[in-house]
Amino acid sequence: MSWYLSLPLILPFVTAIICYLLRERAIGAWISVAGSAVGLVAAVALMALVLDHGVVAGQMGNWPAPFGITLVADLLSAVMVLITAITALAVAIYALSDVDARHGRFGYHALFQILIAGVTGAFLTGDLFNLYVWFEVMLIASFGLLVLNGGKEQIDGGVKYVVLNLVSTIIFLMGIGLLYGQTGTLNFADLAIKVREVENQALLTVIAMMFMVAFGVKAAAFPVFFWLPAAYHTPSFSVSAVFAGLLTKVGVYALMRMFTLVFDHDIGYTHTILLWVACLTMVTGVLGAAAQSDFRKILSFHIISQIGYMILGLAIYTPLALVGAVFYLVHHIIVKANLFLIAGISQRLTGGSDVYKIGGLYKASPFLAVLFLIPAFSLAGFPPLSGFWAKYVIVKASLDEGLWVVAFIALAVGLMTIYSMTKIWAEAFWKPHPDGIEPKLATLPGRAALLVPVIFLAVLTMVIGLMPDPFVEFATRASVQLLDSTAYITAVLGEDAIAAPVPDLDDLPTTEILEVEQ
Amino acid sequence: MEQLMSILIGILVAGSVYLMLARSLMRFLFGLILLSNAANLAIFVSGRMTSGAPPLVPDGLDTPVGVVANALPQALVLTAIVIGFGLFAFALILAVRAYRSLGTLNTDEMRVAEPKEQG
Repeated sequence: MSWYLSLPLILPFVTAIICYLLRERAIGAWISVAGSAVGLVAAVALMALVLDHGVVAGQMGNWPAPFGITLVADLLSAVMVLITAITALAVAIYALSDVDARHGRFGYHALFQILIAGVTGAFLTGDLFNLYVWFEVMLIASFGLLVLNGGKEQIDGGVKYVVLNLVSTIIFLMGIGLLYGQTGTLNFADLAIKVREVENQALLTVIAMMFMVAFGVKAAAFPVFFWLPAAYHTPSFSVSAVFAGLLTKVGVYALMRMFTLVFDHDIGYTHTILLWVACLTMVTGVLGAAAQSDFRKILSFHIISQIGYMILGLAIYTPLALVGAVFYLVHHIIVKANLFLIAGISQRLTGGSDVYKIGGLYKASPFLAVLFLIPAFSLAGFPPLSGFWAKYVIVKASLDEGLWVVAFIALAVGLMTIYSMTKIWAEAFWKPHPDGIEPKLATLPGRAALLVPVIFLAVLTMVIGLMPDPFVEFATRASVQLLDSTAYITAVLGEDAIAAPVPDLDDLPTTEILEVEQ
Repeated sequence: MEQLMSILIGILVAGSVYLMLARSLMRFLFGLILLSNAANLAIFVSGRMTSGAPPLVPDGLDTPVGVVANALPQALVLTAIVIGFGLFAFALILAVRAYRSLGTLNTDEMRVAEPKEQG
């Protein structure tokens, strides 16, 4: 069983090593594609296993939990690993054409694979300190990718990205230390049991807030999102696509894991804060996007506003809301990575990324225009695309709870998203190019490698949109697992873990206690 | 002992916040070192502090006798120090590159990737 769990981790590392050894040759890029394809197979195998068996846990090095490092895959982890593998394959194909030999020599493909390993590890780990280590693996790889170009813009964006992420990591580390001091364990499943025995529950809330801040920075939530729009538009397009798709979602995933499994002791306090954070994240993100004119900056701010929806799903904390959050998470990774990939094609065709200074894309290729419209309207939540169902479930969940204002904000932000998308459409696609250039897709070198992943992800968006039933049903099962941690805990610690810490003496009849003492 | 260490951690955090609020990137990085050391000490203290009680198992027994030092936080701190060291080395090199290509370490003047502030 543990092979299923460790293969999605081992494969990218092996691929990274081979890519690094062959970095001088053109074949490195193909090895990255091949490695990602095998990784996708491993992720599908893991998904099939989890669908079959429920929560799967593996003890690395055969040290029993909670002492060793545990890898756990419940439905949420499995689907995140799968979607990571899909994104990795799409971006690896795109990189065949987008990343030149110079960046290949600098180790682009190796760093990319390490990034994928870090993201996958963060989704699979069942141990808090191990999560920190995966965060660091992910961070150091993303630092490398971000500044690989070495231009002024990359260095400038890199400085802000690096320092703010390092601060968040240290807050995370401090939270780990304090939580260990209170509970004496770092295993998620063990923590879920031990936090209930902590005497000073107020202190636990303080620690929970430290985690909220640390993961909030990673997820780019209000008011700690500033590193994201400062950096995401600077690296090469394949890098920003994988960043936009995956990195912030690791923060959201960590929030969802910690605030369903471990920190569910004071939902009235922590999840109310999350609710406000979610609303403000949505609003500031979408307003920020409205003020931007650079293709990728608009998209970067939209990442922030969309993160708000996912946190909203977690904050409402009803089964339906969590269904929405899981669905949103999956849908958004596909859509967002795709939009950044399309931004890359548009830059190649028109020679710029400021939407006011480019144009004529529709005339260049109506096909590309359709490919843009699918993820763009999905992002805004048009039926029948995937984003519609994601938004529908979350708005429905907030209405069910009587949160009228929140539902209104969510809908209004969706409307504002359309404003930004139509701005890109009108400026970059519809109007003729201001410099009189007539871009042509048919003569673009390496267009097959650029278009295949875009088409692939767009088809995926359409499939989720047209046949949402199996996906909603899956998200429902995943959210049931999130809300009822019994399956997770027993998979990690064994069947008798839940029963063991029960003895709450007040609940037992006095006679029985006396008998035990005799 | 725990109280003393807690006060020390507090001083480290206060100093690091002061340094990180400065405009110079170098000061920010020095603040980062202090903060990461404060975090390491916090883990160390939260593990239980003992003096002169190494976690050794005597001959013929399965568990150590009496109150001994908790080895796990020390292992965690060690890992965190190593990781922190690597990241900090990267951040330092990045600062050098930033100084060479942007000509400044004043974070207010680093506005290449973003529009300049108005007013």
